[in-house]
Parts: sequence; structure tokens; C-alpha cells
Amino acid sequence: MTRYIRRVALCCLLPLLALLVNAGRLQLVEAGSLEANSANRRAGIERYQQPRGEILVAGRGITGSKDTGENLRYERTYREGPLYAPVTGFDSQTYGSSLLESAEDAVLSGTDPALAPFGSLAALAGADPGRSPGGRVFTTLDPAAQRAAFEGLGDRKGAVAALDPSTGRVLALVSTPSYDPGVLSGTSASVGRSWKRLEADRDQPMLNRAVRGTYPPGSTFKVVTAAAALDAGLVRDLDAPTRSPDPYRLPGTDRLLGNEARGCRNASLRYAFAWSCNTVFARLGVRTGLPAMSRTAGHFGFDDASLRIPFPVAPSTFDTGMDRAQLAMSAIGQFDTRATPLQMAMVAGAVAAGGAVKPPYLVDKVTTGEGRTVRRTAGARARQAMTPATARRLAELMTTAVEEGSGRKARIPGATVGGKTGTAQHGVANSGTPYAWFVSWAQSEAGDAPPVAVAVVVEDAAADRAEISGGGSAAPIARAVMEAALGR
Amino acid sequence: MLATFPGMTGTTAGAAPEATRRPPRGRGTELGLLVLAVLLPVYGYCAVGLAKNGTLPPGAAGHGAGLGAFALLAHLVVRRRAPYADPLLLPIAVLLNGLGLVLLFRLDLETPEHRAAPAQLVWSTVGIVLFLAVLLLLRDHRVLRRYAHLSVCAALALMLAPVFFPAVNGARIWIRAGGLSLQPGEFAKVLLAVFFAAHLAAGQQALVHTGRRLGPLRLPTGRVLGPVLTVWLLSVTVLVLERDLGTSLLFFGLFVVLLYAATGRIGWIAAGLLLASAGAWLVGRYEPHVHARITEWLHPFASIEAGEGPGQLAQSLFAFGAGGATGTGLGLGHSVLIGFAAKSDFILATAGEELGLAGLSALLLLYALLVERAYRAGLGLRDAFGRLLATAFAAVLALQVFVIAGGVTGLIPLTGMPMPFLAQGGSSVVTNWVIVALLIRMSDSARRPRTAADTTTGTTADTAAETAADTAAETAADATADTTAAGNTAPGPAPATTAKGTPEAAPAPRPLAAHAEQDAP
Repeated sequence: MTRYIRRVALCCLLPLLALLVNAGRLQLVEAGSLEANSANRRAGIERYQQPRGEILVAGRGITGSKDTGENLRYERTYREGPLYAPVTGFDSQTYGSSLLESAEDAVLSGTDPALAPFGSLAALAGADPGRSPGGRVFTTLDPAAQRAAFEGLGDRKGAVAALDPSTGRVLALVSTPSYDPGVLSGTSASVGRSWKRLEADRDQPMLNRAVRGTYPPGSTFKVVTAAAALDAGLVRDLDAPTRSPDPYRLPGTDRLLGNEARGCRNASLRYAFAWSCNTVFARLGVRTGLPAMSRTAGHFGFDDASLRIPFPVAPSTFDTGMDRAQLAMSAIGQFDTRATPLQMAMVAGAVAAGGAVKPPYLVDKVTTGEGRTVRRTAGARARQAMTPATARRLAELMTTAVEEGSGRKARIPGATVGGKTGTAQHGVANSGTPYAWFVSWAQSEAGDAPPVAVAVVVEDAAADRAEISGGGSAAPIARAVMEAALGR
Repeated sequence: MLATFPGMTGTTAGAAPEATRRPPRGRGTELGLLVLAVLLPVYGYCAVGLAKNGTLPPGAAGHGAGLGAFALLAHLVVRRRAPYADPLLLPIAVLLNGLGLVLLFRLDLETPEHRAAPAQLVWSTVGIVLFLAVLLLLRDHRVLRRYAHLSVCAALALMLAPVFFPAVNGARIWIRAGGLSLQPGEFAKVLLAVFFAAHLAAGQQALVHTGRRLGPLRLPTGRVLGPVLTVWLLSVTVLVLERDLGTSLLFFGLFVVLLYAATGRIGWIAAGLLLASAGAWLVGRYEPHVHARITEWLHPFASIEAGEGPGQLAQSLFAFGAGGATGTGLGLGHSVLIGFAAKSDFILATAGEELGLAGLSALLLLYALLVERAYRAGLGLRDAFGRLLATAFAAVLALQVFVIAGGVTGLIPLTGMPMPFLAQGGSSVVTNWVIVALLIRMSDSARRPRTAADTTTGTTADTAAETAADTAAETAADATADTTAAGNTAPGPAPATTAKGTPEAAPAPRPLAAHAEQDAP
């Protein structure tokens, strides 16, 4: 019997070995994939175990954290949710995060190794310094400009982007209708209901139109066309009549292009710009040619899918494979030319900044929870979109358009303001309600404030079609934003 | 172990100078290990409190004192009533029980409205009291074989009882009375082990040497195997009715192991395994509850892909994965996500997450050591009943640990069963304390130096005769190689193999035995 018991005992070693090997497999080999499994809530629990870092505007926090004592403990709160939603995005226990909350998540949730003391060194050495208290993200926003844009749009659908063209700092980023991202924080049933409601809303409140909405730029694209034509030397005297017919027959077709404005036949570039003559710019675009047009558009930032501010900006597009008729329509911002409001603010800003395009950015600096600066955005190198001489002449055109032309509602006493209106047709056979555009820049005459460039788009479905014009609906909003940015 | 704690064995020698002439009994070692076994859980308590609330838990000192007092009491009783007992058994039991309480205390912090630790503490106390009672009242384990038939009746009654109570979570294994709920299957474990051991020990000769030959198989006579098979079939039927597959598996395993240990007939084991596989296949295929368990084992993440969120097994695997090599630290894991049964069947997941592979391996090795000591006690005994009973307890512990640990780590399909000593469950804790008490009792007689007085007073005439018959039968059955193989093990003072060759009742081998005692280290 001894022998059999001994054998039974030896047989028990086998399951023991199996258990140990299996535990090793589970805890060492498969640990990574188990941790990465989307259904494993440990990552979320750890992430929400500490208060999330703040996002600040002009030194004042616009976010907070609420201790719920639950499993996913700290929930995000927003002081002025709808006003800043296009900047902050949301941070939800249930639906993840978006925009700045997503782009700066490593800092806000404390996983950025740079937040830990000597964390960067540790990261270089391949060590994980672990989770630090959430860092603080300082934005470049100007709260006055942001509020002016938000209140200017009111309950109309649209977007505003404003920036300082000399540095690329984004001063305002507004999209309406907006929403309160705070309703998505947490795991309760109401969070699910809010998400469903926001997703189903036909006005798409969670869409950030300022950076993710691409619109046909309409006449505001004439700034780009003028820049390309001036750079190409096609127009030497702004006041000399151009030999432009009215209506203009699109090359290679029988289609005739007309004007909303009067007096466009053989109009000077100054007049054509101020009153937005389609015929003059369509012909100019064709004469400039596709290569030069697309090169200039590219310098302004079109067709650049890599722009991050730090969240990604939808690329604005200028088609590079068009025939001459399509080029003619593209030169006046139609056909399949598309631009985000931020892109058009960059276009206006380049004119004010002597032809240089500074890539825009939204995060000024990042600090640890205690305030040690971890990194500061220096601003990338500027790109020259046109020669300084062209910029000077274009500035003159834009100033004329505001002082005498279609953009008179954007005038600001004591400041030089240049602008361009636009009314973009869209939809099948242009049946959709047109978008009203206004792009502009302003410089204080006293030189006591940095310049500001703004782009406003209003997709006003409610208004009478005739009333929609860049000069009528969009220009007053742009003026309010510029005044706020200039500190008036 | 003795080498590891030289100071502790030394204190025994110092305290009792006459011990120099006696073989070491290991009581000092036991005391030293007990101190460790009490301090470790106290440390665990403090670690949990510091991790969860940043302060030492207010009850830590009281808890340590209580656990220490019980451990000391148990030690004193063992010292007095089972002085030659294996010094590892009690410390392992105290340590496992203490760690289980810490894990429950830790999990209670996540579910303040459903606290398990206080009840477990009460049950542990009951268990230790029963442990003491067994040691004080039962002077010789051989007495138990007289109650074999009473045991089997009680076991069957206990197993049948839950049929009259409502099912809980698909299994009818509970008796509810007042606020208490008991799992009688746990107690039945001990009783059935006693019956199997007694019956197989009595019929061993007949089993081995009678019966018809059928090819390579030798069929036993119905008179011998009949009652055992009937009891086993009945118990398995009851368990399948109650849908407690784990316990059913345990009883079957126990039966097969004991049959093999008693007869050495490998053919029966093969037949048994074949039967078990067929049964498992049938049950797995046609019983929805079990079928679901098998599906979950094969595809633990299927429910995630189906959008229903992770199932219990997936959560358990996540917990083990989160532990890694060294664990998150006590109180810092999230095994509570397992939800229902996190404190009972899945308690090992908490250990795996918070103590890591290192802690989990240590726990498994503790169990392995407990099982090994049980087998050793069995090997040291001279009576077939004792040997089979110790083997039965060792096998029960090993099987139980394997079934549940393998289940929660995804090695085998999950069957609900409490992890001995660790898991929430009063019946289980009490039963395990009784098993440890019986093992201590048996190891005491296994390691006790045999003197003339011992043989004459310790055993009654009839048991001595039986033992003699047992050993004679065994010598005939076992090859002579067995004797030599056994001779080089047994480091303890029990020269079982030397005494084995001849019946104990005969006076001739006694000087031999005495000689062996003096040679013992």
C-alpha cells in the first residue's frame, strides 16, 4: 500500500505543476493582452482615481473634477460648458474623450512622464515613472473674444475662428449650436440618454465646426486667388481696369457666369475685390493657372492633413486635377473647394502678417499640478504664402472692401480693418441655404495690441435667403470678436 | 524546516532538558512557525488598511491578539495531546485561515453592506473549537473505523438534505435555517472519507486476491465492491441532482484514489477515468448549467465580443493578469469587479491580483506542503485504515485546490467550490479544521516512537489483530522493492517500514523498532 500511496502523492505534483505553469502564463505572458482588453475596466479605474488636471483660459480654470466616490471616481465638470465645448471637448467615463481632453490626455490624466520629477529622464531610460497628479493645460484663448464670438452667433448655426497672425495663437474657437460636455461625465443612465440625444440631434452640437466643418469658402477664397495672381504678376496696378467680360463664359463650356454685384465689366481689381465680382476672379484664376493656384493654396495651408492644434484639424481642400472651367469656379471658392473656418482665419491672417502663415496652436503651456512648467509651445516656423509686397497690396484691397465695399459692418474706429465677404452656394444645384462668410483682420492704429484675424461662417437655415450675405450676418460677429481681441 | 529554525528547536531543548534523550518532536518549530503564521496576516491587515484608508485598521491589534490566542491555545493542546504531531500542519492551517480572513476583510471594504469577514471569523472560531474538541476527545484515529456505517448514513443524509431546500444560483447544496446557511456536502466529505477508508481497509485482502479474472482485469466480488459502488453511485446521483458538479467530481476522485491506494489495480483506475470522462461528456453536453460553464471555459471572452461585457471567468483572468509578477499590493487591486462569488469561489483571483504570481505560487505551495504532510502522515502509519484516511484527506485537499484554482485561472472548466481555508464559507472552514485535527492526530501516532507500552495500551486487541492482518496482506501484495524504497524515506522517528515486515503483535520486532528510534535524527 505504501507504494501506491507514494505514487498517488507523486501524481499530485502534476496538477501542482500545471497550476503554477498556468498561473505564470496568465500573469506574465498574457498579462499585457489581458490588461489591454477593452472590457477590462482597470485602466479606467486607475485613470479616474485622481482628479483630472485643469484646462485654463487666461489663467482661470474652465474645468473641474467632482468626487463621486464611485468606481470610476472623479468626474469632469465644466464651468462654462457650451462656451468652451469646441475647445475642451468632453471627457466621459462612458464615451471616452475628444478635442483638447483627448489631445492632452496624457497631461490631464497624469501619465505624461514629464510630469513626474526626473520623469523625462526615467522615460529615456525606459522606466515608467507611473501616474502623477494631473497636469494643467493653459490655452491661448482670449475669453473676451471667445465670448464675443459665442454671443455673436447666438442661436444661429455657425462657427468662428480667431487667431493672432503674428504668433499663431488661437484666440477664439466657437461652434454653435453647442452643448454642455459635463452631461457626458460619469456612468449613469442620464449620460447614455444625453449621448443618444446629442448624437441624434440634426444640428450636430458635438461637431466642432470651426476645425472639423469644411465649407465651400465662396468669395472669401478670392483672397487666395488675388494672392496667386498678384504673386504671378498678372495684375500690376490695382486700379487699372481688367479686361473682364460680364457675364464670363467658363472656358471650354457654354456656361455663363454672372455677378451679384454691378459694374463688374472690366472692373479694376480693387473694385472687383470690394464688391466681389465673380467674373473678374474666375478669369483671373484661369489666367493664373492650376499649378500656381494650387501652390499658393497649399502655402496658405490647404490640403494639409497634418495640422494639429493639438487636436487634428480637418484638411481644407483645393482640387489639383481640374479642367479650366472647374478652375474658374474654384477660384471663386466654389466647385469642390472646401475650407474650415480656422483655415480661412489663417488666410486672412497671412495678409496681416506680411504674407507669413504661422501654424495655429491652442495650448500655450503645460504645467504640473503644482505649477512647474513642463513645456511651452514656441510656435512652429512661419511659411511664406505670398511675397510681402503682395501681402501689402492685398491688405489694401481688403481695407477698401471694409471701408467702401461689402464689408462695411466690420469697421472699427481706431483700427485698420481688412476683410472679405463671401456667400457660398451649396447643395444639389445650389438649392441649399447659402453659407454666409466673413474673413477679416484688424490692427490697432496705436499699435498697442497684436493683430487679430477672424473667420466667421453662419449657416443660417432660418433666415431669408436674400438676407444671407457675408456682409450682413457674418461681418458684425467678426467685428465684435476683433474689438474684443484688440481690447476695446 | 528544522534546519531553518535551529533556534526554535533549541528553545524546546532548553525548556525541557530531558528532551535531549528523546527524538525531536518539533513542538518548538511549530511554535516558531505559528508566530510567523500569526504575524503575516496581521501584516496583511495593516497593509490593507494603509492602502485603502491611509491608516492602520483599528482592529489590527485585536485581530492579531485573537488569532494569536487561538493559535497558542491550539498549540498548547497539540503539545499536550499530540506531542509528536507534524509541526507544519497547524501553522499552515493558521496561516491560510488568517490570510483568508485578510482577503475577506479587504474585499469587505469594497462592499460595506455585505460583509463576510465577521461571519468567517465566527466560523473560524467554531472550526478551531472543533479542532480542539477532536484532539481532546479522539485519542486514537482507529476508533473512527467503528463508526464507518454511521458515517455513511450521516453523509448520505447530509447530502440529501439540501434537496428539500430551494436552489441557490443553480445549485441545490444549501441548508438554510434561521440566518444560517450550511453546505452539508462539505461535512459529508469527511464522513465519506472515513467510510471509504474503513471499508477498503477491511476488504483490502478480498479486493486484491479474490474475484474472477477477466482477461487482464480481475473483477472483485460483489460482496466487497458492492456497498462501495452503491454508496458512490448514490452520492454522485444526489450531487448531479443538486447540480454541484465540483463536489461530485471530488467524491469520484476520492473514490478512485482510495481504490488505487488500497489495491494498486491500475485497470480499475482506467475504467474509473473512462467512466468519469463518459459521465462528464454526457453532463457537459446535456446539462445546460454545466454546458454553459464549459463554453465559458473554452471562450472566456465570447461575451465581450457579443457586447454583453466580460463574464466572471474573464473578470477573473483580468484580475490575475493585473497582478503580474509581484501583484498590485493588498488593497490596491480591483478583483471586486468579478462581482458575485468574488469572496468565495474566486477568492484566489484577489490573491493573484494583489499578491501577484509570487504570492499565488506561495499559496499554492502552502497547499502542496499541507497535502504532502498529509501523505507523509499516511505513510508513517501502520494501520491500513489510517493510511487510507490520511491519503483520503490529502487527495481531497489536492483535488479541491486543483479543481477550484484550475477553474478560476482558466485551466479547467469552472466548478464552484471553496478554496480550503481561504474562501468565504463556514461549512468549509469548519470541515477543514476538522480535517487538520484528524491529520494532526494521525501524524502524532505516525511519528510517535513505538514502545511496548504504546502498543499494548494504545490499541485494543481487535484492532491490533486487524492491523496485523492488514500488514501481512500488504506485504504479500507489495513487492519487496517497496520495503527498500520506503526504507530510505521516513526521516521521522516512525520506522514504519522496519516494523512492517512482521505483525506488530509479535514480540520479536520490538528491539528492532527501539533500535531504529535511537538512530533517528
